[in-house]
Amino acid sequence: MATKAEVLDFIRIYADKMAEHRQELTDLDQAIGDGDHGINMSRGFKAVMEKLPAVENKDIDEILKTVGMTLVSTVGGASGPLYGTAFMKAGMSTKGKEELSNEDVILAFDEAVGGIQFRGKAVRGEKTILDSLIPAIDAIKASIKEGKTMAEALVEAEKAAWNGVEYTKTIIATKGRASYLGERSIGHQDPGATSMAYAFQAANEVAQKAGK
Amino acid sequence: MVGFVVVSHSQKIAEGTVELAKQMAADVKISAAGGMEDGSIGTDVSRILAGIEAVQTGDGVVVLVDLGSAVMSSEMAIEMLSDDSNVKIVDAPIVEGTIFGAVQASIGASLEAVMDVLAGTKSYKKF
Repeated sequence: MATKAEVLDFIRIYADKMAEHRQELTDLDQAIGDGDHGINMSRGFKAVMEKLPAVENKDIDEILKTVGMTLVSTVGGASGPLYGTAFMKAGMSTKGKEELSNEDVILAFDEAVGGIQFRGKAVRGEKTILDSLIPAIDAIKASIKEGKTMAEALVEAEKAAWNGVEYTKTIIATKGRASYLGERSIGHQDPGATSMAYAFQAANEVAQKAGK
Repeated sequence: MVGFVVVSHSQKIAEGTVELAKQMAADVKISAAGGMEDGSIGTDVSRILAGIEAVQTGDGVVVLVDLGSAVMSSEMAIEMLSDDSNVKIVDAPIVEGTIFGAVQASIGASLEAVMDVLAGTKSYKKF
């Protein structure tokens, strides 16, 4: 389960993480991309934090859609349309909700994945955001199916996300600018998969704080 | 008349491309949607959306893109239009495509005719 306060908390904590890890994400991107992922994500989430007070009393779908819309016009790189679409699709799936059941949370994540796949025309295994996102969601689904709580599921999700990040070091990039490097992209950790893993770290922290 | 939007990560590339094309087709509506609002490198969905609306006369709009997020951001901007039926992204070199397209538009070519010409620019030989 997730309340609106937890959704807002997640956005704030994730924004903090994007500011905190700005240099790390940029360094990862400098190795295989255009070196702006940390700068872009922190700029986008700084803009999100400025917009958040105006919508925090609205329904969850409005909040998520506002995050998405803000990201697509402030991030600047491919992560703008990708994360933006993810938040917008997740928002659409939670229409009119003040609180999300575990099923709602899973549906929102599934919609986010679908949005990223549609926008980026990518699948798992191409050294992208999806390589940490999909394993994390799979872990949530498996944990909930076993009868665990969302807080327990998110512990597993964060682990799976970081394992996914590690996995990106072993594969060739076939999407985005890293694909220009071909085999030389092997050995490098994908910045997008990394920023996505921080999203699950943020979600996990929120859930542990709430203790459910 | 068909309008054009030049989408680049760089404001200077977008503006420079428009400047070049205008030299040959001064009356054609071409907007530069380059960089972010603060001038930094990147692509911005809302700037692209505004660019499309600025050049849409009803005859259609061609969007030219540089690479990566320029494509995704342009796709998103088009999806946000209430009527996206005559707004097309073209897979063409951004500078040559804008110039060739603008020249075609200036002589009254339809959106389909402009798109046909631009489809050929990928194999255009410079020498």
